[in-house]
Amino acid sequence: MVMFLAITAALFVAVLLVLVRLFVGPTLYDRVLAVNTFGTLTVLILSSLGFVTERPDFLDIAMLYALINFVSTIAILKFFRYRTFGRTTASQEEA
Amino acid sequence: MTANVIGIAIIDILLFTFLVITAIAIVRVRNLFAVAMLAGVFSLLSAGLFVTLDAMDVAFTEAAVGAGISTVLMLGTLALTVREEKPPSHSVFLPLLVCLVTGAALIYGTLDMPPFGAADNPIQTHVAPEYLQRTPEEIGIPNVVAAVLASYRGFDTMGEVFVVFAALVGVLLLLGASHPKRDDDVADREKE
Repeated sequence: MVMFLAITAALFVAVLLVLVRLFVGPTLYDRVLAVNTFGTLTVLILSSLGFVTERPDFLDIAMLYALINFVSTIAILKFFRYRTFGRTTASQEEA
Repeated sequence: MTANVIGIAIIDILLFTFLVITAIAIVRVRNLFAVAMLAGVFSLLSAGLFVTLDAMDVAFTEAAVGAGISTVLMLGTLALTVREEKPPSHSVFLPLLVCLVTGAALIYGTLDMPPFGAADNPIQTHVAPEYLQRTPEEIGIPNVVAAVLASYRGFDTMGEVFVVFAALVGVLLLLGASHPKRDDDVADREKE
């Protein structure tokens, strides 16, 4: 139990560092990376939280968060590349 | 068990602290792309709070809608407008006052709420035992929340699905009808 609490504390320190990067991050890519890392850390915190509260069924939710995180990162990067979410086939041919 | 409760309390406090920091940053930062990212982080943090409150389904909806779809929609909007917010032309004190008064009213409203998680709260003694008792016989599935949503309130859920579908179609029409992409835009993007 104490071990899981220590893990959660370490994860919160990491979240703090990521938030700092998100606030000051000079380029946009720093911020995209910070958001992606934040999502990963949320998944890890949820997993350790499941063991702290002695109900590891939180793990399914954590996995679904991981999937959402992946999809939204892809969407953000796609927005960077093509500036829009629709009409990608034409843009891809141009690029 | 005590270490458990204290641990959860500390986690709650940390999540709330990060939530407040993120909210202040959303107000202060002028780069709208960073604000969209921060809003996603805000949503993930509130989803974490819902998890510590044992509201799994709410947490999952918050993460899917707030962190997933909303970020994408805000970025789609950002593609149609400028990237920097203009500095406010009016004083900040009136909005601040409105926020403080609203917040004080909300906190005042929580004062006479029943204690969190107590067994004799009105929500535990009204219709909840009925559902818990009847679901295994009438519906025959172990998840009572799913039974209430999909069977007891089936028409309500169907109406919600229609609303979400109409909203989705509207957004797709709005985003698909405009195509602001020009060649120099793509070149700009690559330079950044």
